[in-house]
Amino acid sequence: MQRNLFALLAGGLFGAGLLVSGMVDTSKVQGWLDVFGAWDPTLAFVMGGAILPMAMAWAVARRRGVSLLGTPIPARAEPRLDHALILGSVMFGAGWGLAGLCPGPALAVLGFGGWGGGLFLLAMGLGMVAAPALRRRLDRLPA
Amino acid sequence: MMETDWLLGFAGGLMIGGAAALYLLVNGRIMGASGILGGLLDGSDRAHWPERLSFLAGLIGVPLLLAPLWAPETHLTGNPAVIVAGGLLTGIGTRLANGCTSGHGVCGISRLAPRGIAATVFYILAGGVTVVLFRHVWGLI
Repeated sequence: MQRNLFALLAGGLFGAGLLVSGMVDTSKVQGWLDVFGAWDPTLAFVMGGAILPMAMAWAVARRRGVSLLGTPIPARAEPRLDHALILGSVMFGAGWGLAGLCPGPALAVLGFGGWGGGLFLLAMGLGMVAAPALRRRLDRLPA
Repeated sequence: MMETDWLLGFAGGLMIGGAAALYLLVNGRIMGASGILGGLLDGSDRAHWPERLSFLAGLIGVPLLLAPLWAPETHLTGNPAVIVAGGLLTGIGTRLANGCTSGHGVCGISRLAPRGIAATVFYILAGGVTVVLFRHVWGLI
């Protein structure tokens, strides 16, 4: 029960932050990516603002080893740059550039973003369901 | 006003990072939007479904409640083909890469994770090339 309550709070704060920061506005995201147009640096301020408290949280988490509700702090992934990480990030970046939404904002705009936001979320969900089959093929490729 | 947008961006960023810190320090989980949704959709982690659904309820519900006060604009394209292509690429790509802007960007960079930093470099580069090609070369977005 506590886990769900704090998950709800974290999700709500994340959603409010996306709204306040303007990251639900696709023109700001595409403005950041558009280095040959009217470049908009807002996203860098958002990233900086988000990394600051999270870096402190990691410092605390490393010392404690477990969360307040007793879950072990997730270990670092092996620093391996595989096909799936690179191809996936390139695909994601292309989708992000095309529409200007990433997964967090795509969820946050569902309540007010009209049919377009809903359609994006639907397509993104389909992509997520299809991904594991593609991933199994990629993981069989030689490194 | 550009400078107001930067300040709001920083303030909103602190809230996003605060949410990620809360999720890590209390629940012991990494706040990645694509992972939280994807783990529900592809059935790879049904064990944590109440926690995932609660997170999504907050992420969708709070902006819905705040929207009448804040009046956010999305400026999303009205071209359904672009929306569907963008959504499919984002869905497949973030699950292949095991993360998106929140998981790799916010949570990964802040712990100096090599995979998070590499993913962020690749998706920003790919996004930049996409905007340049589709906006300035082909004029499609």
